[in-house]
Amino acid sequence: MGAPMMDWAQSLRLIAPEELLSVAGLVLLLVSAWAGDKASRAISIGAVAVLVAAMAFVAPALCAGAAGPETTAFGGQFRADAFASFAKLLIYGSAAVALVIAPAFFDKFRAMRAEFPVLVLFAALGTGMMVSAGDFLTLYIGLEMNSLASYVLAAFLRADDRSAEAGLKYFVLGALASGILLFGVSLTYGFTGSTAFEGVRLAMAGGLNTGMVFGIVFVLAGIAFKISAVPFHMWTPDVYEGSPTPVTLFFATAPKVGAMAMLMRVALDAFGAQAAAWQQIVIFAAIASIVIGALGAIGQRNIKRLLAYSSINNVGFILIGLAVATPEGAAAMLTYLAIYVVMTVASFVVVLELQDAEGNQVEDLADLAGLSRNRPLLAGAMATVMFSLAGIPPLFGFWGKFVVFQAAVAAGFIPLAAIGIAASVIGAFYYLKVVKVMYFDEPAGKVGTHSEIAHTVLLVATGLVLSPLGYLLTKWLGVLSGNAAAALFHGA
Amino acid sequence: MNGFPILSLMLLVPMIGAVACLVAGERLSRQIALGATLLDFGLGVLLWLNFDSGAGHAQWQFVERVPLFAGFSWALGIDGIALMLIVLTVFLMPICIGASWVSVEKRLGEYYAAFLFMETLMIGVFSAQDLYLFYIMFEAGLIPMYLIIGIWGGADRIYASYKFFLYTLLGSVLMLIAMLWMVHDAGTTDIPTLMAYNFSPAAQTWLFLAFFASFAVKMPMWPVHTWLPDAHVQAPTAGSVILAGVLLKMGGYGFIRFSLPMFPEASAQFAWLIFALSMIAVVVTSLIALVQHDMKKLIAYSSVAHMAIVTIGLFAFNVQGLEGSMIVMLSHGLVAGALFLCVGIIYDRLHTREIARYGGLAINMPKYALFFMLFTMASIGLPGTSGFVGEFLSLGGIYQVSSWVALVCTTGIILGAGYMLYLYRRVVFGVQKHEDAAAMSDLTLRELAMVIPLGLAVLWMGVYPESFLAPMRADIAALDARVARAKPVGDAKVTAGKPIADAKMSEHEGGAH
Repeated sequence: MGAPMMDWAQSLRLIAPEELLSVAGLVLLLVSAWAGDKASRAISIGAVAVLVAAMAFVAPALCAGAAGPETTAFGGQFRADAFASFAKLLIYGSAAVALVIAPAFFDKFRAMRAEFPVLVLFAALGTGMMVSAGDFLTLYIGLEMNSLASYVLAAFLRADDRSAEAGLKYFVLGALASGILLFGVSLTYGFTGSTAFEGVRLAMAGGLNTGMVFGIVFVLAGIAFKISAVPFHMWTPDVYEGSPTPVTLFFATAPKVGAMAMLMRVALDAFGAQAAAWQQIVIFAAIASIVIGALGAIGQRNIKRLLAYSSINNVGFILIGLAVATPEGAAAMLTYLAIYVVMTVASFVVVLELQDAEGNQVEDLADLAGLSRNRPLLAGAMATVMFSLAGIPPLFGFWGKFVVFQAAVAAGFIPLAAIGIAASVIGAFYYLKVVKVMYFDEPAGKVGTHSEIAHTVLLVATGLVLSPLGYLLTKWLGVLSGNAAAALFHGA
Repeated sequence: MNGFPILSLMLLVPMIGAVACLVAGERLSRQIALGATLLDFGLGVLLWLNFDSGAGHAQWQFVERVPLFAGFSWALGIDGIALMLIVLTVFLMPICIGASWVSVEKRLGEYYAAFLFMETLMIGVFSAQDLYLFYIMFEAGLIPMYLIIGIWGGADRIYASYKFFLYTLLGSVLMLIAMLWMVHDAGTTDIPTLMAYNFSPAAQTWLFLAFFASFAVKMPMWPVHTWLPDAHVQAPTAGSVILAGVLLKMGGYGFIRFSLPMFPEASAQFAWLIFALSMIAVVVTSLIALVQHDMKKLIAYSSVAHMAIVTIGLFAFNVQGLEGSMIVMLSHGLVAGALFLCVGIIYDRLHTREIARYGGLAINMPKYALFFMLFTMASIGLPGTSGFVGEFLSLGGIYQVSSWVALVCTTGIILGAGYMLYLYRRVVFGVQKHEDAAAMSDLTLRELAMVIPLGLAVLWMGVYPESFLAPMRADIAALDARVARAKPVGDAKVTAGKPIADAKMSEHEGGAH
């Protein structure tokens, strides 16, 4: 420790994005209390501006590849390194997208309230803290901050039974997961004598005992809930289906990235000295998520449930990158996450665009029949996303799978890679089904022609990234994810 | 042609055409597609004319290399083998567009766009010099073909499109894992470098099997051929032409470009497997073809049998076999394409592929009967047609390795004559049993414009195959030299014959001493 004053100034400078978000969140909360729901649009715009500003704050650390002691704040409790920056860019970006698309959706139910942008802001703040945590306690605070905001968001359509159900389910299972995680943290603390990642790491480097193994298992199980990896995935389809679609988009992106990044930090940093202790768990979760996500999706009729299973499936592929426990694997995971966020945003924006002539949301897969004739561009966007999620080149979704499997093969996990990629063929089946419904079936004529300009802009932007032009981003993405992964392995 | 990126241009032309078709929609897309494919054909001819196949030419020509991406680069370049397959592709594409001119009635813009995308990807497969670029092009072809079968196909199109997609996908993903390993081991994605890289024999075994999974499905080899009859029958005519004409060749191209030069030891190790599967394929699928009632299905099964002749030629480990396989592939591309076209021509008139619904077409469609006869003979392998040259070389090649394999596979020619002539007799000869079939009009100008070039190409390849063999000769010799170290011992006791002139010469020289 240097001089305490110096340390404080340094620490406060490092958490600038968090300070910005919390102060802005509180100010916007006051504004909403005074101005009421009339101002909800203005508050949304303000929140988006704040998120973009926060992105500008975190970007330099990523580009510079910041790592090491000068990025740790408050005596190791908080880390503002390149890894956290990478995840935060994705988190803040997807939160901003959720805010952009939300007003048009909630206006239909006359449910656009001023609290919505504030809640999203706080959820993003909590998620950002999760990925920056250098200590299990910081991690837990960030996680709960994100979760509490998320429970409310899931139940945001008060009048809608499904939304209330989703909120309740999310709350009960989320609380259970937090409990398991906390139990694991307490075991870890008990057997290693520290809650700081660095301390846990040092203690585990000296040898592993049964208590530590239990700690690892419970911590990982708690996080597996959050990333909806099999066998802790049951809540996902219900919550995705029941939540208002903009909220589902948010759940499928920001907290997912946050939880995945948190898992990476915990597994590779805190438990990094004993990778062999958790690799088998991760391998099992990866394969099981790929297979069950794919099989579960086949029978789904609701498009949001289908996308929920698809996200379980994708989590499996991302976990393959974790299982290899190398910097290449971590970089591959981050690349995959970035592409996954783009695909998820695109898919849920398409879902939002699916409205019948009266403006009601259409979520039944059968109602998409013949969409390619009524709405060729929308169907084209959805087909792009589906082929991309299936990992069929030349669409950009292939690149995510490619780098993950490349890392797995380079680390010698060839059977894992072969099983994983063979199981991806099962997944291709239901993605193809969506394309089949849109292109091969006779038009059902359910989907109207109304289109939001914000949706169109988002679809064009994501479509360009997912098209073969996306490959031009590979170098840039490779450098950034490499920076981030290097920061994660800095202490190792 | 120095430095001019003609290959990129050939990829770009259909790409731009495809986008233009999507924008133009119903009205102009046919014309745009025809223009784009003809332009690409022109570029293909230019490519062939400028290809240097003289002595001591560079193996890889028209090379382009731009490091655009992380991990792999935009690397294009062709040798003689790739050149011939590209020429085949660009030759068949305008014919495909012509075949769809009136028969496709719905969603024209998307239809022609899918075909043009397909053309880009096929040329990309044959010209890619980067392993991953190859994979992307190879795999991406699934999307347009899936849409072509699924949207514009026949009654059972959805089942067929799924089967096509999932079968081929499962084969290819394992190849991707093998590619990742190869690049990790060899440290390069450059195909020419990898072709000269020696992987350890133990690794070759697994790599070969992974590539085999992909190419065997694509080829297709017995017993993973079952997607082909479904896909062929359900696809629209032009889809069948391109599927039989070019897509199946990707499997053969894969064997000749990857499996043989990169894994020579494993190729020799698994040659027995290839021989066994090919022998079964030749006999079994020929017999199946004999009992078909559906014309397209019959030709689809005959494709499987012909492709089996390709695989045995490839794994004969000698120049004759390799050259023969290449000619069979080119010839089959023309002939099977032409036969599907012939089926399409009468399908457009009567809307059935049932053989029994036709008969006596020689009376009302004499021109059609003539061309159908030519392609039937070429499929059987009559001397003077392209089929003869390829099959003769291929079987000659395998005879040096195993006379038993040659014996079994040669029955394919006899059986081929059986099912093709039987088909021809039932459709073209005999009495006119059905009034509607008897009332069909003969070939129109558009149809003549499609079959005449095909017929001429078939005869050209049959009479003077040297035009097609010359560009490939050096590449095949190089490949033969590469695999020579793993060459299996043949059961034939080949002794070099003594040409009479040479014999006399040596006698004369001997006398001088």
